[in-house]
Amino acid sequence: METPWEPKILAFLCNWCSYAGADLAGTSRIQYPPNIRVIRVPCSGRINPLFILKALQSGIDGVFVSGCHPGDCHYLSGNYIGRRKSATLKRFLEYLGIEEGRVQFSWISAAEAGKFSRVIGEVVQDIKKLGPAKRFVKREDSRAMKFETRNPKHETILK
Amino acid sequence: MIQEKIREKARELLTNKTVDLIIGFGEGSLPLRTTPRFIRNPEKVDRLIWNSFCENNLSAYLHKLGQFKVGLVVKGCDARSVVALSLEKRFKADQLFLIGVPCQRMVDRRKVSRAVKGEILQAREAGDLIDVKGDGFEVSLKRDDFLYSSCQVCIHRNPTRTDVLVGDPVEESPLKETYQEAKAFEKMSPEERWRFFEKETSRCIRCYACREVCPMCYCAECFVDSSNPKWIEKGLSPSDLDFYHIVRAYHQTGRCSGCGACERACPMGIRLTYLTQKLTMDVKELFDFETGIDTETLPPLSTYEMEDKQEFIK
Repeated sequence: METPWEPKILAFLCNWCSYAGADLAGTSRIQYPPNIRVIRVPCSGRINPLFILKALQSGIDGVFVSGCHPGDCHYLSGNYIGRRKSATLKRFLEYLGIEEGRVQFSWISAAEAGKFSRVIGEVVQDIKKLGPAKRFVKREDSRAMKFETRNPKHETILK
Repeated sequence: MIQEKIREKARELLTNKTVDLIIGFGEGSLPLRTTPRFIRNPEKVDRLIWNSFCENNLSAYLHKLGQFKVGLVVKGCDARSVVALSLEKRFKADQLFLIGVPCQRMVDRRKVSRAVKGEILQAREAGDLIDVKGDGFEVSLKRDDFLYSSCQVCIHRNPTRTDVLVGDPVEESPLKETYQEAKAFEKMSPEERWRFFEKETSRCIRCYACREVCPMCYCAECFVDSSNPKWIEKGLSPSDLDFYHIVRAYHQTGRCSGCGACERACPMGIRLTYLTQKLTMDVKELFDFETGIDTETLPPLSTYEMEDKQEFIK
């Protein structure tokens, strides 16, 4: 039997708030969809836009970034810097035609386990509506691959 | 005449030893072309020229100044790049002498060549006309019909920062609506936009001319050259080409002066300015920042405001 498609979502969570929020959700036995893969980062300002792009290119269906509420940053201003990067990147990706909702952002504190579970639920719902990521995803049948298969000599040289 | 004044100023600066080197424009080896010219000897300033084809953004040389003191010929857009670079501390304040020229908007040689049949062998500019001669044709073209698209929408033709202004300031007025490329692109549906973007980037041969020519692209190691982390593969797969173009453009957020050098440098004729135009628009809307106007305000992504917009954050 074919299993229904489930989105894969990469979540970048700030060590000082959202990551602890996710932890609290876990220890409090609050349910949230298992579609997220968490990467712990020291601060939402640490997130290089390249991380997000690389994730989307690798076939991730959605990226979720969460950091501390304004005023709560462990490094005082990291989340403000991150907010500017996120705002411009999000707008730019949507401008290029990446669906709105593939990349989402939130503020979740270490105490907000309920909010964590709710937001993850919303993000998963949004991305399920969008369907699997197609644009920008790197495929096996790319032009570079064709070149290799078309030129068997190339392969023998490599061996 | 502007050309005479540039030469005069260059001679004066070199003779007084105010600067060691003048970087300006010289006659190119082909018609409708100019080339960057480096002058050290005051007797050779006559090699400097000024016409409608001085399109290059010479501020791209500011990363290679070393200990030299340099006199740089700048148009409106070039001066804005210089301001942006000075905010990023790319050179010492006393190293640079700016010879500012109010820009008459530059002529797109590709548009001119498309307007005639056959190869252009000779071109001469006379007032508002460009006399073009070639094998079996000789025409006079109105220069205003062949302007670069980035020049058509330019609203900062007078250099924002100069040490000396050569010629009279021009009246600032956009010929057409600003950011028209980006606005037209925005009107399309997301599918159409992505298809357009992919179609454009699919022609890319990864020569990185757009990066090399850009005054703001100066990282010691570009993300495309980095092998650890390896952000991007070396091949020509559509996704990697998209990746390169997204990041190249995105790195210009709040730094692009809109000079259009990237698009002019592209040997494959890929449209690029609609990308940076969008970023410029967004930065203006979100952070009320315009590149290269103010010599004090930090670039938007190196700073923040407590009250920045955040409706998009859950």
